[in-house]
This record gives sequence, structure tokens and C-alpha cells, in this order.
Amino acid sequence: MSDASYLSLEKLTLAYGDTVAVADLDLDIRKGELIALLGPSGCGKTTTMRAIAGLLPVKSGRVRLDGADMTRVPANKRAVGLVFQSYALFPHLSVYENVAFGLKLKGMRGAELDAKVQAGLKSVGLSSFANRKPAELSGGQQQRVALARSMVMEPKVLLLDEPLSNLDARLRLEMRTELQRVQKETGVTMIFVTHDQAEALALADRIVVMKGGAIEQIGTPEDIYNRPVSSFVADFVGFENIFPLEGGQLRTSGGLIELSGEAPSAAGLAWRPRMVTLGTGPFRGTVRGTSFAGDSREYLLDTSFGAIKAEVEAGLPAHALGADLLFDLPAEKAALLSKFS
Amino acid sequence: MNARSLFIPATLFLVIAFLIGPFLIIVAASFSAGETLAFPPQGFSLRWIAKVFTVESFQASFAMSLFLAIGGTAAALVLGIPASYALSRYKLPGAEIVRTVVSAPIIVPGIIVGLALLRYIVVPFQVGITLALFVAHTALVLPYAVRVVSASLDNLRSDIEEAAVLLGSSRLGAFFRVVMPNIRGGIMSAFILGFVTSFNQVPVSLFLSGPGVRTLPVDMIAYMEIVFDPSVAALSSLLAFLSIGIVFAAERFLGFSRYV
Ligand SMILES: Nc1ncnc2c1ncn2[C@@H]1O[C@H](COP(=O)(O)OP(=O)(O)O)[C@@H](O)[C@H]1O
Ligand SMILES: [Mg+2]
Repeated sequence: MSDASYLSLEKLTLAYGDTVAVADLDLDIRKGELIALLGPSGCGKTTTMRAIAGLLPVKSGRVRLDGADMTRVPANKRAVGLVFQSYALFPHLSVYENVAFGLKLKGMRGAELDAKVQAGLKSVGLSSFANRKPAELSGGQQQRVALARSMVMEPKVLLLDEPLSNLDARLRLEMRTELQRVQKETGVTMIFVTHDQAEALALADRIVVMKGGAIEQIGTPEDIYNRPVSSFVADFVGFENIFPLEGGQLRTSGGLIELSGEAPSAAGLAWRPRMVTLGTGPFRGTVRGTSFAGDSREYLLDTSFGAIKAEVEAGLPAHALGADLLFDLPAEKAALLSKFS
Repeated sequence: MNARSLFIPATLFLVIAFLIGPFLIIVAASFSAGETLAFPPQGFSLRWIAKVFTVESFQASFAMSLFLAIGGTAAALVLGIPASYALSRYKLPGAEIVRTVVSAPIIVPGIIVGLALLRYIVVPFQVGITLALFVAHTALVLPYAVRVVSASLDNLRSDIEEAAVLLGSSRLGAFFRVVMPNIRGGIMSAFILGFVTSFNQVPVSLFLSGPGVRTLPVDMIAYMEIVFDPSVAALSSLLAFLSIGIVFAAERFLGFSRYV
């Protein structure tokens, strides 16, 4: 086992009956890494997690963990933890008993058990809730119980399915920090699923972007944010102006358009609204919409490219609806897409 | 108050009168001092209630009914809980057909079930009456068991079983550790419903009686054909209060009505 492949998925294909949900997936994860699985609903994130955990049989391909082939190892022998999107706490057991559940199955008893459970509860700040039933806790607290319940088992890999999406905005930030802290303190290899790019960017060491049951791009948050490889990833991480390139020209809804600068070689180009030059340039547009976002202002322009979204600092003088503006899509700023879909 | 606004209260009153009336009449008749079953009762005495406990065949048939109600319901649950689990957790081919077949005894008149058992099982195969009664009551209660247990299983998320498995439990272990404790209320409710259904059952049992082997309701009918005294009313009242007591206790301690 090389260090770069503590957990590897090799040509993993997963199906529900005859419907293939994930096809030929290859992924290598280092020990101690924090990985985000990012993608729209239905792209196969949960399916992949369930296969890693052993809850879903593999159609073809392999799952290797810590040097061993796990493909046929049953879920209860894998040492993989999973925090369910629904938390899946045992409703009839107290918080304490929920956390103690797996340890007791390992045969742990008495003072050792108690110390472990107490430490687990303490690490998620729920020591004083030990005797409550799950139904008597808030969503955020339930999730921390689920986290503690998995973590006391010292899993080789901890999987979290949309750990933040059921929480309100404030709790979400709190829980983000919590996850990061737990991961840094324990060094556990962690994979979490999200459909929120901001979450993935903020938390992960590396992001795996999925689309339609396959990996679209793997990279650091900087890679994904600045250098999306495809129109799909670009769109997902906030590039609003995305065009295919044909013979050095942009294919737009208004026909082929020559860029102001030298066109790079790529399948397509993408600009964030902030990358659009407003006020000077070879192109003209009419303001169709404007919105104020505190420190910036966004314009929706009607142009020969079709609709263009541009964003400028809020300190600059505002343009009225219907105003005619010059603008440019500078070629040197564009993200180069090697795949257009 | 006009006629329209009286209509609903009047209807309600009639419904309650029809439901409770016969019961009140029977209870009143049990305290009669007269020699025959009559309403209004003649005088007041406890002699017929006392007599119930001296009729020997009542004791035997009560024991039989109790055995069938407890044993038959327990057997129905032993069969019904795994069946309900399979129906609710696995997408089995023909699950709908199984559901329908399992409820057949609710739909088919009991008298036909009883006759069929007698004609095609008991007589040709020389099956003992007690065994036939046991099988009949198990089959009778099974639909209720499946229905009530299924309802509480459907309310229970299945991901807690997967959570238990990932924490080291086997699939079977997960069933006993996290499924059973969470459907206990449903199981208790099914038991009580099954018990009462079996205990009060007449038509199926009617054909299945032999020398000294009868259920209590059938025995009461037989008794009435010979002796028409108020002791049958007294026994009915006692049984009714027993049932009411059980259901109230169940509602009080288990929230019984949630599952039915
Ligand atoms: N139990 C299932 N039976 C059949 N198809 C399923 C099942 N679960 C998921 N799918 C399908 O598999 C695909 C991937 O689903 P999923 O992994 O849940 O997506 P995600 O978690 O990324 O939203 C979807 O097309 C979904 O419809
Ligand atoms: Mg999902």
C-alpha cells in the first residue's frame, strides 16, 4: 500500500438492479485526508458512500482499504463509520447508550466503556445530555451524537452524508468548524458528501466533483475554484459566463464572436461575473437587471453574446436599467475548459 | 334550536344508544333475581354472577378460550412479525398478493373458514379438535398481527438497522437490538387486538367442537339452548368488563389507539 492510496476505489461500478448509478469510478485517497464529494442531487454520491461502507454490494471493481481488499467484506467488519443524512440515531436508547452501542458490541464493559463514552460525548460538547433520548435533542445535537457514536469506534474512514444540509445557517458554520477540528485532532480519513460548493471549498483538502455517476474533476479547492476542467464544474463553482470555442471564436446564442485578444486553445472558456470588464471594451450591452450585494453590484446585460453577468465593486457609480455599457470578456482571464457538455 | 341543528346531536345519541344500549341491558339482566333471562330485571341479586363460577363446562371452555387467545395470538405474532418485516423492508415480487392473502381471513366469513377446516382438514386427516382450533385461531389473528406490526414498522426508519450494522452488529442482531425494541408498542397492541378477536370469536369455532372441547362463546350458546337463566348474561357482562379493562390498560400504558 502506498501512502497515496489508503482508500482506493478501482473501476467501481454500482447499480440498482439493472440501472447503473456509478460507473468505472477510480479514486485514491491518502490517509488522514479530508475529501469532499461534490455534485448535484442524483449524481451518485450517496451510492458511492454506501458502497465504501459495504451497505451496497459492488457490481464490479474493487474497494481497498489500508492494504486489504474490502470488496466482499461485510459492512460490520469494515471499520468504516457513516454519519447518515438522517442521523439514524436509535430512538429507544439514550444519548449515552447510542454512543455506547458499538463499543458494547466490541465487548467493552465497565470503567473502560464509561470512559470512552464520556470522552466521546465530551468531544462533541454533549456531556450534560447523556440521559436524553434522541427525540429530545435539536437537529444539530442529534448530528453531534451521530458523529460521536461513529468516532468512538475509531473507524479507518469516516463517511458523512450531507452532514450540514439539514442544519440552519448558523449551526452549519459551527458544525463545519467542529468537523474540521475532529478531523485534525484524530487524523481520521474523512469523506463528506455535499451539494454545496462553498462547503466543499471551505472544508476539504481535495474535492471530487461528480456528475452522472462519474468523476468530473479531482483537485484542491484552489484547482476546482480557479481551474475547472469542464463547463459542468465551471457552472457548479460559480462561473456564470460559459461558452464553447470553435476555431478561435466563441459560440454564443448570437452566433460566432471573435474575442478581443488572442483566443487560447480549449474546448470552451468561462468567466466569473467579476472577471468581466465593465465600462471599456469592444462589446456593447444593455443593462437588463441589477442587484446590490453589499460590497459588490451585479449587472445582467443584454448583449450579442446573449445574457452576460458582470460584477463590480459597489463603490463605483451605479448604472441604471436600460443604460448602454461597453464591456469586455478578457481572454487572458478566462478559465480554460477542456470539456464542454 | 331549529331542526337542522338538532339533527347531528340526535344522530349521535342514537348511535351511542344502539352501541351501548344492548350492553347496558345485558348488564342489568345479570343482576336479576328472577329465574329467566329478562329485561327489565326482576329484583336485584348477585346469584347469577355467583352461579357462573360454579358451571363446570364454563371453566373448561374458559380455559380453552384463554389458551387459544394467548397461544394463537402468540403463534400469529411469531409468524406475523417476520412476515411484516419482509413485506416492509424488501421489495419482494408479489408483496401485494401476499398482503391480500394474509388479510383473507378478515374478508372471508368466519363460518366458511370453520366449515372448510372441518370438512377438508379435520375430518379427512383426523386432526384433533384442539389442534384445529389452535390453527384456526392463529390464522384468524394473523391478519391483525401483520397489519398492526406493519404499521409500526412503516413508521420506523430502516437506516437505524444499517447504522447498527456499521457499528458492528449482524443483520439479525440489528433486528433484535434496534427494530424489536422500537416496535414493542405495536407488538403489544397486536397482541391485545388478537387476544380480544380470538376470545370473542364464534363462527370459526362453531364447527370445531368435540366432546369436552369448546370455546367459551360456543359453550355459552350451547348452554342457552338448554337453560335460559340470567347466568349467560352475567358471564357476558364479566367478559365485557374484562375486555374493556384490558383495552383501557393498553390505551393508558401503550397508546394502543396509535397502532390500530
Ligand atoms: N434505492 C434505489 N433504487 C434505485 N435507484 C436508486 C436508489 N437510490 C438511488 N438511486 C438512483 O441512483 C442515482 C444516484 O443516487 P444517489 O447516490 O442517491 O445520488 P446523490 O446522493 O448524489 O444525490 C440516482 O439516479 C438515483 O435515482
Ligand atoms: Mg444523497
